[in-house]
Amino acid sequence: MSFGVASPRSGSAKAGADTMEELTVEELRAKYGTGLDVESDENMLLSMGPQHPSTHGVLRLLLELDGETVVNLAPDIGFLHTGIEKNMEAKTYTKALVMTDRTDYLAPLSNNLVYLLALEKLLGIEAPPRAQAIRVILTELTRLNSHLVWLGTHALDLAAMSVFLYCFREREYLLDVFEMCSGQRMMTSYFRPGGVWRDVPPEFEPAVRQFLEFFPARIEDYEALLRDNPIWLERTKDVGVISADDAVDWGLTGPALRGSGVALDIRKVMPYSGYDQYEFDVPTRTEGDVYARYACRMDEMRESLRIVRQALDKLPEGPVLADDRKVVPPPRAELGRSMEAVIHHFKLWTEGFSAPEAYVYQAIESPRGEVGCYLRGNGGPKPGRVHFRTPSYVNLACLPFVARGSFVADLVAIIGSIDIVLGEIDR
Amino acid sequence: MEDWAKKHGLVLDKVEAAFPDAVLEVVDFRGERTLVVEPANVREICQFLHDDAELRYNLLEDIVADDLLPDFPRFALSYHIYSIPNNHRIRVRALVEDPDEGPETLASIWRIATWLEMEVWDLMGIRFKGNDKLRRLFMPEDWQGFPLRKDYPLGYEEVQFSFNWKAIDEKKPYARD
Repeated sequence: MSFGVASPRSGSAKAGADTMEELTVEELRAKYGTGLDVESDENMLLSMGPQHPSTHGVLRLLLELDGETVVNLAPDIGFLHTGIEKNMEAKTYTKALVMTDRTDYLAPLSNNLVYLLALEKLLGIEAPPRAQAIRVILTELTRLNSHLVWLGTHALDLAAMSVFLYCFREREYLLDVFEMCSGQRMMTSYFRPGGVWRDVPPEFEPAVRQFLEFFPARIEDYEALLRDNPIWLERTKDVGVISADDAVDWGLTGPALRGSGVALDIRKVMPYSGYDQYEFDVPTRTEGDVYARYACRMDEMRESLRIVRQALDKLPEGPVLADDRKVVPPPRAELGRSMEAVIHHFKLWTEGFSAPEAYVYQAIESPRGEVGCYLRGNGGPKPGRVHFRTPSYVNLACLPFVARGSFVADLVAIIGSIDIVLGEIDR
Repeated sequence: MEDWAKKHGLVLDKVEAAFPDAVLEVVDFRGERTLVVEPANVREICQFLHDDAELRYNLLEDIVADDLLPDFPRFALSYHIYSIPNNHRIRVRALVEDPDEGPETLASIWRIATWLEMEVWDLMGIRFKGNDKLRRLFMPEDWQGFPLRKDYPLGYEEVQFSFNWKAIDEKKPYARD
């Protein structure tokens, strides 16, 4: 039998306004060419999403099912496309920064960081040591924040309800820390060209230290709920196995790659923001299944805590913004007594600063993998081209290949273990 | 970083030895090395970078399309390729004159290439030879034009006031009877 699948964005508004557009298997094959070659008319076509809780946003998967087994699937994305890259070209470098938060809304600070590192590379400036240490602390807390949401929703997908509640309790604490620094819980835009917006408040350090105090025991709590839970093991072990060669071929990065035994971590191999000063390990697993990716992320949370502790212990004193008046606005106090400062202030807040005609690529390790930023300056105050290499988008490509032959219920586990964020995929 | 400079040299020497005259220009900026090549040579050079026992660039990180509008050739494609064993990244850049005559697809080298090329085609409209799976990915299937091109306007909606309500209303693209 063949079920007609409604296209959510059907062609002409007039013809298909009230009737669902019926697609034959052939039309479907033509339309969703990639990965979807429908094997036989006996199979069932099922549209999963875009409004589906376990697709983590608005991902639509077109499944070809033989009974409960996935024969083929095609991801349909673009429901959250907001033209972030195009919009950034119409803004000055400073204003474009706020767009980067919105790409990956679970790890906004990682995206701030990659854009700013690319920009700072293009301009040839560097943030002062204190700002770099603050950036490291906050991006690692962002990683924890993102992993907590991942763990909660992943467990929820696999019917372990209570983990979700615990995870969000701790996440709330981290969001309070972000709010303390920047005034915002999620879309912080706290990092600025040449450093961070302002120094962290005095209560920041005690708050983070308290978190370091209680959080290791909380990780133990989560693991106690899952690690030896037979249902969890049954649902995750030997499910969605990706071999190391395939993982590299599919361009996977982050925990999805490390779960397959390839120890690639941008923080280690191409250190940025002073990551080379901190001691940490890169957790890897060789099994390549859903459980391995879960275990990698759990170990990564412990490593993040190690980094935060070291960075906090040797947090250097000093300024948090680079001393480059052509990029960084002068402090408010200077405006009253220096004409130069007034001119710079006026220039920077009206026209902005210009970047040279050149292009750079900067990659960092975000919670989901390698997020890269290609930035081309055109000599003016607005970027010529900004492009984000987002790990969610690239990691999603292997889904049809991995999920083929598994049950629909396992597909949910695989999507959860790849940890996608649709805002980052569609941009 | 000294280590990187040595690897920059190694990759350039090897590519020039295997493909004399193929590298049109070498750009070094802030420690990144770019090999500018002809679009027709992209696939061969990438195949070489991937297969060579010493280089082993096994991870295709990204394909970026760039519109350099007043310039000619208008489009630039940047392939960011990373070698996990050597820890080195190289950028292969090709200037494309005609977007319908883009370089050959890299799908036979890296399987991720098809997916990355789809994004390039959807937003910038550069067609890759041999990739028959190009389709609308982010934009609706019936979308006209390629939004990331420089001659594609950012778009806005004109504000309706009482004096121009009708004139604007007539142009609005919603269903009428």
